[in-house]
Amino acid sequence: MSDSTLEPILSVRNLVKHFPLTQGILFKKQIGAVKAVDGISFDLYPGETLGIVGESGCGKSTVAKLLMNLEQATSGEVFYKGQDITRLSGRALKAVRRNIQMVFQDPYTSLNPRMTVGDIIGEPFDIHPEVAPKGDRRKRVQELLDVVGLNPEYLNRYPHQFSGGQRQRIGIARGLALNPEVIICDEPVSALDVSVQAQVVNLMEKLQDEFGLSYIFIAHDLSIVRHISDRVGVMYLGKMAEIGTDAEIYDHPTHPYTQALLSAVPVPDPEAREHRERIILTGDVPSPANPPSGCRFRTRCWKAQERCSQEVPLLAVPSVFAGQDTPAAHESACHFAAEKDVVHAA
Amino acid sequence: MATSAELSPEPAGSDEGPLLDVRDLHVEFRTREGTAKAVNGVNYSVDAGETLAVLGESGSGKSVTAQAIMGILDSPPGFVTAGQVLFQGQNLLTLGAEERRKVRGARMAMIFQDALSALNPVLSVGEQLGEMFTVHRGMSRKDARAKAIELMERVRIPAARERVRQYPHQFSGGMRQRVMIAMAMALEPELIIADEPTTALDVTVQAQVMDLLAELQREYNMGLILITHDLGVVADVADKIAVMYAGRIVETSPVHDIYAAPAHPYTRGLLESIPRVDQKGQELYAIKGLPPNLLHIPPGCAFNPRCPMAQPVCRTDVPPLYQVSSTRASACHFWKECLGESADNT
Repeated sequence: MSDSTLEPILSVRNLVKHFPLTQGILFKKQIGAVKAVDGISFDLYPGETLGIVGESGCGKSTVAKLLMNLEQATSGEVFYKGQDITRLSGRALKAVRRNIQMVFQDPYTSLNPRMTVGDIIGEPFDIHPEVAPKGDRRKRVQELLDVVGLNPEYLNRYPHQFSGGQRQRIGIARGLALNPEVIICDEPVSALDVSVQAQVVNLMEKLQDEFGLSYIFIAHDLSIVRHISDRVGVMYLGKMAEIGTDAEIYDHPTHPYTQALLSAVPVPDPEAREHRERIILTGDVPSPANPPSGCRFRTRCWKAQERCSQEVPLLAVPSVFAGQDTPAAHESACHFAAEKDVVHAA
Repeated sequence: MATSAELSPEPAGSDEGPLLDVRDLHVEFRTREGTAKAVNGVNYSVDAGETLAVLGESGSGKSVTAQAIMGILDSPPGFVTAGQVLFQGQNLLTLGAEERRKVRGARMAMIFQDALSALNPVLSVGEQLGEMFTVHRGMSRKDARAKAIELMERVRIPAARERVRQYPHQFSGGMRQRVMIAMAMALEPELIIADEPTTALDVTVQAQVMDLLAELQREYNMGLILITHDLGVVADVADKIAVMYAGRIVETSPVHDIYAAPAHPYTRGLLESIPRVDQKGQELYAIKGLPPNLLHIPPGCAFNPRCPMAQPVCRTDVPPLYQVSSTRASACHFWKECLGESADNT
């Protein structure tokens, strides 16, 4: 999908978000910053799904908010069709947001319990009346309900009358209401049961084909991300550790963190359990308020050397693979990048 | 539902007195809306040193069964209406509250999903661990503290001597779960019930915690009941599986057989609906519909409205647990066909 002849629909360049840590009540003094996102760049192409994976606290949800301009970026740019949305406000921002919508993780708290489903899905039309004229709205909402596989008669029901999976469908219908080009999904299926998860994932794939949507799919579940994504970025402590196509990342990872992460994912196959190599990391993720110098992963990395504490590794095709026609030649931020298949049994 | 008592055969492999033997357990919740039949005739057994995985989605009754075994069911509204919980041959359900308390913690212990809410936020970790020894063993507080430090070292919490004074909120998620494990292990119980012990944790931390649990189990030859919805975790650690649906066991099997060829359409649906990290799959198989409302469980087989193989008999007759082999059982009228189809697919 990541055809280089296409123009990216979203281009993120050196995106940074630092949340200030302050002390004092009346005279606030900044004593530091939580470096939630610390210099991230990637592109999203039309019609593709970019998965972003990482553990809690790695900054993946902050990225989602920055892309929507729900958080003000500290620095860096987010280009939507060549326009930097981090500097937009007012009418211009509103126009861009019509094309970038979001689906949230928790279908229990992201729907207003006092509004009917019809009002929830129709609310985007209040803000963007040009999409659906007043007389048309009811019909449009019913169409949307039908598209996501819900009974169009359910228009007047309230969120509590639906199950978790159905609520997530409502959230998706709301995201689709304005015919956006990009949908940012922040853990859209992690609150759902296994059997319902598959229904929602299939729905999202169907909608992508039907409406030519581009997805940014943020999740901690590596199996789901592999299933749905064309390309995958792995985040660690506010930085992108590795990015590439799904096969490059899952079958030919070169960053030690990606390898550890993948090796820790249980595979639903008891035959594999004796034959798979497990990389068990020691310790916890360091605090993003005080990240390690150099490579952020070095405190938990078994390959770490002197150089890793001094020199921040850049996200680029590692020099050992440069110019080679191998799946290992994709961007990886490690001084000692080396290919290692950890997912498949030896 | 009243007929299920005579339908349930002995669980497989229970000939020489298992550590825990649950027989025909029934639990219901009496609510204002009616009686919710949460557990409807569950049979399973665990031997010393063995790991039984109880697999099911939300509302399948897997946690309620565990609560009834531990004797921590909220009553009212929950009532055990029939069945036996034989722990080393002794029926726990007939014991008085005082005797039950002596078993709980000392001989069987539980690990909960959410360690932050399971631990007392206003007591230090050391006090909570020490309490096990002062209450059950009558130790002095000083000795109990020494024991607490020993336990924390046992579960590999770094700097145990300093951290023993800290409160639960000062621990990371993985460390908190280690405290829970330490607490469960404190009195060296014969049986541990772990209810979704790693669901709230990141994958790399999940791998650490599961490793620790398996190691301790081997060392003390404990029986372990692992309650989970994660088919990957089950494949990694379990010896045998009991799959639950709407308060019943629908399939029991040694772990290798069930992944190779499930004998119940629900199990098969679950296995086919999960994406895998080691393969880029096609469209996911989705089990249609939703799990039943426990206030109105469908007549016949509870899975029949969602089952691709359902026949008229499934809507009228509750399937007993048919013996598939000496170690396997399936509650499906058409287990032979299901097993045949499963084998064809692999």
